[in-house]
Amino acid sequence: METQFTEQFKEFLRSETDPVLRRLREVAFAVFAGAGFPTVKDEDWKYTNVAPLVSGQWSVARSVGQSQVVPDRDIDLVKRFETARNGFAALNMAFAAFKVIRIAKDTSVPEPIELLFATDEQVAIFPHILVIAEAGSKAILIESYASTAKSFTNAAVQIIVEDNANLTHYRVQRESSEAFHVGTTEVSLGRGSLYDSTNINLGGALSRHDIDVKFTAEGGEAFVDGLYMVGGTQHADTHSIIDHTVPNCTSHQTYKGVLNDSARGVFNGKVFVRENAHGTDAQQSNKNLLLSNDARVDTKPQLEIFNDDVKCSHGATVGQLEEEELFYLLTRGLPDSLARNLLTYGFAEAIIRKIGIDSIRTSLDEAVLNRLNVKLEV
Amino acid sequence: MLLEVKDLHAGIDGKEILKGLNLQVRKGEVHAIMGPNGSGKSTLSKVLAGHPSYEVISGEVLYEGKNLLDLEPDERAREGVFMAFQYPVEVPGVSNSQFLRLAYNQKMLHHGLEELDPLEFNDYLKEKAKVVDMDPQFFKRSVNEGFSGGEKKRNEILQMAVLEPKLAILDETDSGLDIDALRIVAEGVNTLRSPDNAIILVTHYQRLLNFIVPDMVHVLANGRIVKEGGKDLALELEEKGYDWVKGAASSK
Repeated sequence: METQFTEQFKEFLRSETDPVLRRLREVAFAVFAGAGFPTVKDEDWKYTNVAPLVSGQWSVARSVGQSQVVPDRDIDLVKRFETARNGFAALNMAFAAFKVIRIAKDTSVPEPIELLFATDEQVAIFPHILVIAEAGSKAILIESYASTAKSFTNAAVQIIVEDNANLTHYRVQRESSEAFHVGTTEVSLGRGSLYDSTNINLGGALSRHDIDVKFTAEGGEAFVDGLYMVGGTQHADTHSIIDHTVPNCTSHQTYKGVLNDSARGVFNGKVFVRENAHGTDAQQSNKNLLLSNDARVDTKPQLEIFNDDVKCSHGATVGQLEEEELFYLLTRGLPDSLARNLLTYGFAEAIIRKIGIDSIRTSLDEAVLNRLNVKLEV
Repeated sequence: MLLEVKDLHAGIDGKEILKGLNLQVRKGEVHAIMGPNGSGKSTLSKVLAGHPSYEVISGEVLYEGKNLLDLEPDERAREGVFMAFQYPVEVPGVSNSQFLRLAYNQKMLHHGLEELDPLEFNDYLKEKAKVVDMDPQFFKRSVNEGFSGGEKKRNEILQMAVLEPKLAILDETDSGLDIDALRIVAEGVNTLRSPDNAIILVTHYQRLLNFIVPDMVHVLANGRIVKEGGKDLALELEEKGYDWVKGAASSK
């Protein structure tokens, strides 16, 4: 299929000198050309129509010069990326700007590792980050998106947390409300490892985040939490898969949504507990607050269990603020709108507070308070 | 007269719970409303505070001579009506001091008085915290979050101290408190008791009234006040049990 990316890809490929990566890109682009962008006919994209993105004019950020040469030993890891998951993943791999971050064995990185992505009006970027937290290491990764115009970000992050490593991951998407944002996070967890992620989605005209977490050895633990808070005509979609393929792993997932005006949210969370994954403890919840009659959320928590010896729970709620909570604030003399906004802030803050970096947490708190028109001075 | 409840009929979900209740409260008085479970105590508190789920079927509630039932719950609060909750709500992300300053300033604004900035308010709050012997550490913590039962109740009394209501309704404030917490809460209430305000204690047990001595005791049964008297009535009730007044209710 000819698209606006076909010519751009030919040109882009000229600057790729590494034969292995060149081949990888070509194959990926062929996958994209064959599949095209997903449509609402695809089950996984039923509620997210990417037509406005597809019809936009995008120029790909120039040259693979921005891309790091992937060390030979990491090529196989890059190849693990599920290029065929959808057209966006394939397109990412074709134009990928690679960056490899390797946290050395038994090292504790004192300062957080910060990645910040932003692009210009009508420019598309395709960051592809590979993070390897080697055995026994400990680090904090901050991944932020902050484009200020009608731009297109299509990002992929592959994370490998090796045995007994500990990775805290904050993903903060605060793109412009005109921007298009598609991101894929693939996480693989080793024996006794800990992966704690907090995914904040405030921006984008249309945003989609796929996060897949797979336990590959016993004793792993994962927190996959998130908040989407959107208004106006924003659309925020999260699809997650937590895959318990091995015994005795624990996963916790709490996603919250706040939807105002005619904004729309989508949460689709699958938890798989495979046949031999005995001793699994998996918890999942998705709670949504609708602040307006025109706001909408489609939530689908799914638990698929193929083993009896497990502890699992899941649930989703969609609703308004609790009447009792609202009443409490009213009886303290707070006007109705202020009372509602404070409670909404509290609802969202319960996720934001997980972020252990003061400057980021404070800035997110402020962003949420601003949206709710609340002034809280200390 | 601060509060005058006249032949009040009210209920919830189409069920009438208060069936003709009369009550008069003057400034400077402490009234205890006692009664068995299901007698309507809690309904009375909630109707006075303006809970939206409760409906008033008939009757009148005058507060400072004006129709209280016309006011929204937040307006009642700013006019000086306060209710301490049996189960205070947690407000994550909002510190106690931020919350109290918001509430305090809303009241000031309403009365055309000057609002306090965070520094001024902090001094004011420190002073008030002495009433319930509360550690200033609690100011920074999110409202009621992770508070023990006793701490939550103390926090309710701190809110009362800060907002200086004319009419305070304490809804089962004694429930779930150990004797030390009860003493602190009661001492707080006694400190706040003044000729300019009135307090309604809603309670199932006489225990609280050992610490906060009421001017009047009203016994509620089946949605009506079936017995009224001085502080000794509570003791008599403790001795004879609620079956004593239940009998009175049915013979009326």
